[in-house]
Amino acid sequence: MDLASLRRLNAARSARRAAVLVTDIAGGRSEVLEEGDTLPPHLADAVRAAFLSGKSGLVETEKGSLFLNVHLPPPRIVAIGAVHITQALARLAGVVGFDLTIIDPRTAFATAERFEGVDLVADWPEDVLSERPLDSYTALAAVTHDPKIDDFALAEALRRGCFYVGALGSRKTHAKRVERLVAMGLTTNEIARIRAPIGLDIGASSPQEIALAILAEIVEAFRRRSLSGADA
Amino acid sequence: MSNSLDPLLTAEGWAAEGRAVAIATVMETWGSAPRPVGSHLVIDGEGNFEGSVSGGCVEGAVITEALEVLQGGQPKMLDFGVADETAWRVGLSCGGRIRVYVERLG
Repeated sequence: MDLASLRRLNAARSARRAAVLVTDIAGGRSEVLEEGDTLPPHLADAVRAAFLSGKSGLVETEKGSLFLNVHLPPPRIVAIGAVHITQALARLAGVVGFDLTIIDPRTAFATAERFEGVDLVADWPEDVLSERPLDSYTALAAVTHDPKIDDFALAEALRRGCFYVGALGSRKTHAKRVERLVAMGLTTNEIARIRAPIGLDIGASSPQEIALAILAEIVEAFRRRSLSGADA
Repeated sequence: MSNSLDPLLTAEGWAAEGRAVAIATVMETWGSAPRPVGSHLVIDGEGNFEGSVSGGCVEGAVITEALEVLQGGQPKMLDFGVADETAWRVGLSCGGRIRVYVERLG
């Protein structure tokens, strides 16, 4: 690997852009391709498959044996609502290996004391998400119960292709939410991606158990996504 | 990715300090292998290392080979596995096989 390739790869990883390092086994030469780059024809199919599956490996091409090392951004969670559930989620997410950001404009909820050591932003999702955009490697969980806070973030998550979009609330609450999102211009297909009621159905009762159910559902969404990508 | 244990960030940092750096990469695995394809171990000319290509079973052998690659410059493909007597000695006792590519950075 040459130093320029290593620098480009590390820069892509830092900026949460998917990248593939291609190494020519015989010659030792290397090259970085990022998601969205124009791909060389002999590699295009293999690189696209690698971006979808996240799986690294050797490929045989007309130009010899090449190793594709895929670097997908680590999945992260953005939670809307500095509530009891997300206090527990903050503890669990770290154990499983997700970075977590919590956004809530209500300063009575979003206090450093309640969320010690957590990336907590006491501001409106509209403002925070324009500066720190969601992406397809982000899960969004909206748990404030307040349409004024949750709705924009949910719409933005669907538009940005978040791999998981979940919203707290009963089926009745969700039906009203669907009406509001349609009025905001989202299609019913897009809205159908929202997991509601939020969390795997494990009969969760306490805020801690609900946090666990949400986190398990996020893991499932990410792992299953990578498998379906491998089939594509 | 703020992790100081990230081997590729470590390699870039070492190179910036002017240290010779070898990068080892798991390229193929069979059976039960402790680290997935794509995992890295990076080694400097003094034998300092960061990362892993197995659960600690073959790192010692990879570091020795890496120091040779740093001297000679040519990349090497190393095979470790149950079929290989030497590999048993260095101890990939999990029963898997791995191929590790070792190259010089730069």
